[in-house]
Amino acid sequence: MGESGDPPISACGRPTQASRGSRSQSRSSFTENRIGPWGTRIKGSQSVLRWFGSILILLVFSSLAHAAKIGEIADTDWTEQAAEFFALEHPAIRAAALGTLLIGFCCGGLGSFLVVRKLSLLGDTLSHAVLPGVALGFLWNASKDPWAIFIGATGAGIMGVALVGWIRQTTRLKEDSAMGMVLAGFYGLGVCLTTMIQNMVMGNKSGLDSFFFGQAAALSSADLWLLGAISAISIVLILLFYKEFLAISFDTAFAKAIGMPVHALHYLLMALLTFAVVVSLQAVGVVLVSALLITPAAAAYLLTDRMHWMLILAAGFGMISGILGAFISYLSNNLPTGPLIVLGSTAIFTLALVFGPKHGLLTKSLRRRRQRKRIALENTLKSVFHLSENSGFKRKEFAVTELASERNLNLPSAEREIRSLVDAQLARHMDPEPGTEWSGKARFQLKDAGWLRACEIVRNHRLWELYLTNAAQYQSDHVHDDAEEIEHLIGEDIVQRIERRLRNPIRDPHGRLIPQKNQITA
Amino acid sequence: MIGKSPLVRRAQLMPTHSNTEHSDKIPAPLEVHDLTVAYTKRPVLYGIDLVAPPGSIVGVVGPNGAGKSTLIKAIMGLLPVASGWIEVFGKPFQQAVTRVGYVPQRESVDWDFPVNAMDVVLMGRYGRLGPMKRPTKTDKDIAMACLEKVKMLPYANRQISNLSGGQQQRVFLARALAQESDLYLMDEPFVGVDAATETAIIGILRELQQQGKTLLVVHHDLTTAPNYFDRILLLNMRVVAYGKTNDVFTFENLQNAYGGRLSILSEVALSRVQKKAEGDSPDCAPLGGPS
Repeated sequence: MGESGDPPISACGRPTQASRGSRSQSRSSFTENRIGPWGTRIKGSQSVLRWFGSILILLVFSSLAHAAKIGEIADTDWTEQAAEFFALEHPAIRAAALGTLLIGFCCGGLGSFLVVRKLSLLGDTLSHAVLPGVALGFLWNASKDPWAIFIGATGAGIMGVALVGWIRQTTRLKEDSAMGMVLAGFYGLGVCLTTMIQNMVMGNKSGLDSFFFGQAAALSSADLWLLGAISAISIVLILLFYKEFLAISFDTAFAKAIGMPVHALHYLLMALLTFAVVVSLQAVGVVLVSALLITPAAAAYLLTDRMHWMLILAAGFGMISGILGAFISYLSNNLPTGPLIVLGSTAIFTLALVFGPKHGLLTKSLRRRRQRKRIALENTLKSVFHLSENSGFKRKEFAVTELASERNLNLPSAEREIRSLVDAQLARHMDPEPGTEWSGKARFQLKDAGWLRACEIVRNHRLWELYLTNAAQYQSDHVHDDAEEIEHLIGEDIVQRIERRLRNPIRDPHGRLIPQKNQITA
Repeated sequence: MIGKSPLVRRAQLMPTHSNTEHSDKIPAPLEVHDLTVAYTKRPVLYGIDLVAPPGSIVGVVGPNGAGKSTLIKAIMGLLPVASGWIEVFGKPFQQAVTRVGYVPQRESVDWDFPVNAMDVVLMGRYGRLGPMKRPTKTDKDIAMACLEKVKMLPYANRQISNLSGGQQQRVFLARALAQESDLYLMDEPFVGVDAATETAIIGILRELQQQGKTLLVVHHDLTTAPNYFDRILLLNMRVVAYGKTNDVFTFENLQNAYGGRLSILSEVALSRVQKKAEGDSPDCAPLGGPS
């Protein structure tokens, strides 16, 4: 089939080069890396950095590629190529784009089940275990016949997964050790076999190299049909058995107890995963296909709390990274597709990790910052309360210097605190004449809202101190620090409970009055 | 396939071991005969005999490693049975799955799983739905009602890791309620829950009992066991004692089960039961079913 039928590596140069016998070029591309897999060269420096830069630019300004398509930006060479790529006019480009989209879709969606079942390493095991099968499939008729390779690889993958299960059941070893061993063993065998094939006569044209790091350009039309079929089967089976897959993933014992055929479902899922891995090998490569299973799903896991959304998001992320990888590989001319697809998905994961609305690092740090700010405000309010209390609640107006000495702060810091109180509508300046506003002599007064909040905080603090001394038998000189922390955190509900428990106390352990609820609201 | 081997064994055992006077009556919700379960070579359960009468709450009590959870798992066919047989409403478990509700231990699942409380409770309907069918409006209504029953309706849309331990346990209970079964198997439903949840759970168990359902509850706390269960299976790899709570909760039985390691608290519980038995013994055994 290899020589007479469809060339497994279809003409894959850029349109300009395609006419110049790209077939022979791409054939030899796997043994001679000097000529790029897209059968074309790009003038100028091709540092990895530059392309990494374009990944980032593309991720941030994905509209640029779109703009380039319209032809507005045409002075840099990568935008021209972007236009060429996204026009999808050339069959080789179309094949690579469609192929990587489908691969991203399959791997992302199915990988979600691995991630939620904590079986991520199984993706690695699968992808490495298929390599000997690929080699044997190649040996079948000494060509890159997609079907022979598919059957060989699927067989080897399922053998690997079954072996993991068998080791776990019959020995004391746990799943992770079993997976680690099977992964390495099968991979070692696969590397030996492929090296042997490449040393044989027809080996230098074998194209088996692409199975290690992936080459989207190596996707033949038969590969695409296979990919399409596997994607369709995956969608249909996941839609039909979503309920079952969800149940066995969340709670296997329960699924079994309600009569689901747990083993059959597990192996059905594993078979789908094996198919997805095998059809992705061409474009992504043995080494990194597991990352395509895990990373988009992991990014989706950070963004949503529902399984079906996770599946949809992961499939979408997989598709985005797939097309990005293919595109940048096309631009860069000699970079393999697999690592670029994986880099794309890693970039998506990083974005999800930082900007995720629920579990994102940025959200968390913003939340922490907001809380710190609130605590700082409340501490200022409390100090103003103390000032007022020291005057027997006669004075309502204070100078910034007084606050500075009460809080042991220098003047600028005290001013900053007052300014944030004013900004938060909790206090007002008493010196309206311009210029004196931010000097040490400037005077301020709490607004009603500020005063109420101050009373609340002091009440929380003193009640908690009393609770610790009375109910938890703390020494009264040890309770201040603890109350200092908790006063910002306990809600009205807890405060009322403490009041009831302590029978509506009036004074704290140090003999000071506790502001009462009715006084605060009055 | 899974159901076959116990069936075959049962056919061999029935003539010698079956109780002839029992065969005319309505089959018991749960009957375990001469059950032996082994994980590797050493059995963890030896020759267990157990009949749970309809409408009873049976507490399975015993020290750590006594095989309490193993018993429940073996009943549901989650573990291979070395010998003996199990019948649920007169049938092997596999033929009666829809009549059995299950509350697993809370630690048995990953609570970070991307589902909300409602999704989990809906899983209780999956067994009745059959393969490839989606939950209908009716199923969702039933799931809502079950959440309401355990007072978790306000949390229906919460991701399950954002629930407290007691709330998680109540979600599991609601899932079992959604199964609408006649026999409930519960594995440590009271572990790590707050007092309010404990009372709520026991209230629901009593309600189920009044509806004529049968419950088998694994429990580790000797001090509360006599208040919760009307029958107790005292287990330590074999049946130490089984019967009405008053008859089972004796010093000798407990010492046999716990090997002389009875704590002060257990002794207090024991004396309480004995006092109660002296005072008003008929009230202590509110057992339904044939006596």
